[in-house]
Amino acid sequence: MIKYLPSHEYVRVDGNYGYIGISPYAAKQLGNIVYVDMPEVDDEVEAGEDFGAIESVKAASDLFAPVSGTVVEVNEKLADNPGLVGQDPMENWIIKVEMSNPGDLEKLLTPEQYEELCANEEH
Amino acid sequence: MNREVYGKLIFECSQPGRRAVKLPVNTYGKALESLPVNLLRHAGPDLPEVDEPGLVRHYNNLSTNNFGVDTGFYPLGSCTMKYNPKINEEIAADPVTGGLHPAQPFETVQGALEAYHTLQEFLSEIGGMSEFTLNPYAGAHGELTGLMVIHAYHDANGDTARDKVIVPDSAHGTNPASANVAGYKIVEVKSLPDGTVDVDDLRSKLDNTVAAMMMTNPNTVGMFEKNIPEIARLVHEVGGLMYYDGANLNPMLGVSRPGDMGFDVMHVNLHKSFSTPHGGGGPGSGPVGVRKGLEKFLPNPRVYWNEEHDQYEVTCADADALGRISSWLGNFAVEMRALAYILTLGAEGLAQAGPMATLNANYIKDSLKDLYKLPVPGRCKHEFVFDGLADKSTGVTTLNVAKRLLDFGFHAPTIYFPLLFHESLMIEPTETETRETLDRFIEVMRQIAREAAETPEVVLNAPLTTPIAHPDDTQAALTPKVKYADLQD
Amino acid sequence: MSQHRYMPQTAEDIEKMLDRCGAASVDDLLADIPAELRMKAPYDLPPEHSEIEVRRFFKRLRDNNEPLVCFAGAGCYDKYTPAVIPSLMSRSEFLTAYTPYQPEISQGTLQYIFEYQSMMCSLTGLDVCNASMYDGATATAEAMMMCVAAARKRNRVLIAETVSPVVRQVVATYARYHKVQLDTVPQTAAGVTDREALSRMLAEGEPVAGVIVASPNYWGILEDFTGLADEVHGAKALLVMNCHAADLAVVRTPADWGADIAVGEAQSLGMPMNYGGPGLGYMCCTKALMRKMPGRIVGATTDAEGRRCFVLTLQAREQHIRREKATSNICSNQGIMTLWAAMYLSVMGEKGLREAAELGYAGAHTLAEQIVETGTAELAYPESPFLNEFVVRLKYAAADDVLLMAQAHGILAGVKVDEDKLLIAVTEMRTQDEIDDLVSIFSFFTEETA
Repeated sequence: MIKYLPSHEYVRVDGNYGYIGISPYAAKQLGNIVYVDMPEVDDEVEAGEDFGAIESVKAASDLFAPVSGTVVEVNEKLADNPGLVGQDPMENWIIKVEMSNPGDLEKLLTPEQYEELCANEEH
Repeated sequence: MNREVYGKLIFECSQPGRRAVKLPVNTYGKALESLPVNLLRHAGPDLPEVDEPGLVRHYNNLSTNNFGVDTGFYPLGSCTMKYNPKINEEIAADPVTGGLHPAQPFETVQGALEAYHTLQEFLSEIGGMSEFTLNPYAGAHGELTGLMVIHAYHDANGDTARDKVIVPDSAHGTNPASANVAGYKIVEVKSLPDGTVDVDDLRSKLDNTVAAMMMTNPNTVGMFEKNIPEIARLVHEVGGLMYYDGANLNPMLGVSRPGDMGFDVMHVNLHKSFSTPHGGGGPGSGPVGVRKGLEKFLPNPRVYWNEEHDQYEVTCADADALGRISSWLGNFAVEMRALAYILTLGAEGLAQAGPMATLNANYIKDSLKDLYKLPVPGRCKHEFVFDGLADKSTGVTTLNVAKRLLDFGFHAPTIYFPLLFHESLMIEPTETETRETLDRFIEVMRQIAREAAETPEVVLNAPLTTPIAHPDDTQAALTPKVKYADLQD
Repeated sequence: MSQHRYMPQTAEDIEKMLDRCGAASVDDLLADIPAELRMKAPYDLPPEHSEIEVRRFFKRLRDNNEPLVCFAGAGCYDKYTPAVIPSLMSRSEFLTAYTPYQPEISQGTLQYIFEYQSMMCSLTGLDVCNASMYDGATATAEAMMMCVAAARKRNRVLIAETVSPVVRQVVATYARYHKVQLDTVPQTAAGVTDREALSRMLAEGEPVAGVIVASPNYWGILEDFTGLADEVHGAKALLVMNCHAADLAVVRTPADWGADIAVGEAQSLGMPMNYGGPGLGYMCCTKALMRKMPGRIVGATTDAEGRRCFVLTLQAREQHIRREKATSNICSNQGIMTLWAAMYLSVMGEKGLREAAELGYAGAHTLAEQIVETGTAELAYPESPFLNEFVVRLKYAAADDVLLMAQAHGILAGVKVDEDKLLIAVTEMRTQDEIDDLVSIFSFFTEETA
C-alpha cells in the first residue's frame, strides 16, 4: 500500500514498516537534487512534523512524515548521491520507520486522491 | 581580459620565502614560546607568501573582473543602486575617526557622537519618526531590531499572547525570515491583481494575537499602497503595530513620510536610499526609527545629549530597552557616508531624489511595455516588474534576457522576484542616471525582444562576451568546493 | 528647481520623458498617493552643501575628537593597517558592486570572498567559512541559533561567563526573542570557565544544544579546553568557540580543540577601529554543519567551456528562498570587509601575523611586569596565561583615577571592568616609550597618594 501527504511525501507500507520518500511529481518540481538532510537511526518522527529537508540548486523543502514512528534505517546511498531521488523517487526512499500508530495511514491521501491534487496544482 | 592574470587565486601567486610586510623588531626580549605549548598552534596557517608589488597587481586586476555602479548602469530592482559619491569615501576614510576606540571617554569623542546624533535626527525628520538608532548593521538586521522593539512594547504592556506577524505575499524574503528569528509565526496576506494588499484578506487575519504587520511602500511591484491609512487603522484597532520595511524608501524622499502613513516602527537602508556603497554585499547599515512612545524600547547602547554635562553621551542603562544587537554603535564609517550624503543633497535635493527616481522608472516602463508583459499597469514609483517578454512563444525566459543584457554592458535587473509572477524582471533605475543611459538601456531591451523573436538562439545562449559563461551551479552545490584546499582534492 | 550634481535630468530631459509617459508633470506620476499622505512642508534639514562646506562640517567634528594612544581592547584593537589595503579597497569596481548575483560579471567579488573563506578556514582549522556576518557578537548569536536548529528538538544553550559581556548581551538578546534558554557557565577565581559547573549544567536540566566558550577570553586569558569537546559532544551538543581572528595565527585552533563552530570578530585583521565599525564577523564550521550555516557561501565550479569560476552556492538555505524557514535572516553582510581580511592575511602571511602577535605578546607582558613592579597594582589573574591583554587590580586607586590621568597625557589606559580593575591590551602599534609613559602613570598611584 502506498499513501501520500498533500506536501508530496509518500509512505510505502510493508507490514509494520513504512518507507518514506517524495513523490515523482515533487521530484520533478525540485529539479536537480543536491542534498538530502536525513535524521539518524533511532530518531522519532511524528506524523505531520518535519523530519528532514531536501535541496535542489534553487529550492529547499522540508520533508514531513506521513506517519509517526522510529527511524530504523536511512537511505545511506543518498548521502553520496542525492540525485538518485530525482532519478527514481519511488525506489529511492529516504527513511524507513517502524510505525507506532497505524491509524495515521487513514488520514493520508490514496494514490487517486493524490493524483487529482497534483493535476490541480499544475494549473 | 587576460585570463593568465585573472584566473589565478592569490594562493597560486605564492612562492615560499616571499613577503609583503616588515614589522618593527621585537626588542622586548620576550617570545611566544613562553606560553604553555598546548595552548599554541603547532603548525602555522596555510597563507599565501607574496611580495607587495605582486599582491597589488593581483587585486588590482581582480577588480577589473567586476561590475559596479561606477562601471555602468545597474538597474537591480529593490537594491537602489544609485551613484556612490566620492566625497563620502573621503569622509569615511578619515584617519582621526579611524583611530577612535569605542570605549574612549565621551569628552574625547564629541565629534563622533555629534555626527551620530545628527544623523539620528536627520533620519527622524525624513522618516517622520520620533527617534532613530543607527546600531543595526543592515536592512535585515534593522527588521529584526524593529520586531524586537515591537516585542518589547507588547511585553511591557503585559500583552504576551501576540505571536503572529502579518507579511504580504509580495514581501522581501527577509521579512518572514526576520519575523521567524524574532520568534514570531508568519501569516501571509494575499495581494490583489494590482499588486497591493488585499484588505479583505487582511481583515480576516486580524485578531488580538497579531503583534505587527510588515510592509514596504511602495511595494515590491513598485505600486504605492494607497489603502495604507485603512490598513494601519485596522492593524492598530486589534492592537498590532505597523512596521515599515525601508528597502523601498527612495521614491518616498520628498513625497511622503512613513510616520505620516501610520507606521510605528521602520528601518532605512543607508546603502540604498542614502548612497553608501554596497561593497559586493556590505557593509550596510539599517537604522531603526520609532514613533513617539516607543523610544525607550530602542536597543542599547544609545547616544543622547546630556543637558547637565553639556555633552553627548552613550548609555546602556535603559532597562526598557529591547537589549543589545551590536558590539558598539553599528557600522560607524557607513553612517558618516550617509550623513555626508544628506548634507550634500540638502532638504531640496533630497526632495528631488524621490520624484526623479519615479520619473526614470516610469520612462523605462512606458518605453518597453509594448514588448514586455506588464502585469500591473499604471504609474509605478521607483521600480516596476515585467512578467517576461510579451511574446511568450519564443521560449526566451527572463533569465535569458538578464544574461543577454550583460553582453551589452548593463547589469541585469532583479529576476524571479517578487514571487507573484513566474517571469519577474524587476527594474529600478534610480535618480542618478542620465536620459541617454536610460535610452540606451531601452534600445537594448527592445533589441533583445527582437532577437528573441528572430534569432532566439542568440538570447538563449547569452551571455556571449563575458569572461565566463554558464557556470555549473549544480556541480557547485552537489560537491561544494568552498576553499582553496578543496580544489586540490 | 535647481540642478543637483548627482541628478542629471535637465528641464528639457524631464519634459521629453514626461511626454513619453503621457504625464503633464512629475507630480502627475505621484497622483495615486492620497493627498493627506503627501508631505505638506519641506524637510526641516540643512540646505544643499557644496563639497567645500561638507569638508568644513566634518573638519569641525573631527576637531572635536581626540585620538588617544590606545591601550584599550575588549574586542576592538588598534592594529597596523598596511598602506596597500586602503588603496586597493578604494577600487570602485569592488566597492560599488552589489552582491554577486550575476557570476559572469562578478568574478572579482566572488574570487576575493573565496580567498577570504580559504584563509579563514586555515586560521580556524575548520572546513567551511561563510561570506561574513555583521560582527563578532552577532556571529556568536547566529552560532547559538545554528546549534538550536541543528539539534532540532533541543532549545538550551550554555555560554561561558568569560565570553565578552558585549557578546553575551547580544547573544542574550537574540535568545530572549528567539526563545532559546541561555544559561551562563560561571568562571573560577582564575578567570577561566568553571569546568565542574559546566559538567553539572550539561548533565542536569533540559538537554543542551550548544556550548559557547572563548579563547583568549574577555580577560585576555588563553583557556585550556582539554577534554571539553569530548564532554560537550558526549552530551550530543555542539561546541562553539569565539576567537579574535588575528590571534588564531598563533593560538591553538578551534578545530584542534574539537570545536564545531568558530565565530568572532575579525577587526583585528588590520581594520581601523572607526569608533566600532565596520569590523567583520566571521563564522566557520565543520563540513557536517555546512548546510546549517547561515549567510552566503562562495563555491568553485566550472563554466560551459570548462574554465574554473566561482558562484554563490548552497543558496537554497538562504532567506530569499527559504523565507520564514531559513535559520537566519541575514542578507547584506560585511561584504567588502572580507576583501580587507583577504588582503591583510596575504600581506602579513603566516610570518607577519606571528611577528605582530609576538610584538603584542611581548609588549603586553613587558607592560604587565612593569606595572606590577611599581607596586601600585597587581595582576587580577596571575596564574592564568595571557596573550596580549590582561586585567590589573589597582591597590590604592580607582580605575577612573588612572583613566583620567592617562587621558590628560593623551593615553587611553584601558577599559574599566570593575571599580578597581582595568583591562589593558598591547598591540604591535605600541612602543616601549608609550609603555613607559603608561607605567609612570600607574607609579603615581601609590599607597601615599591613596
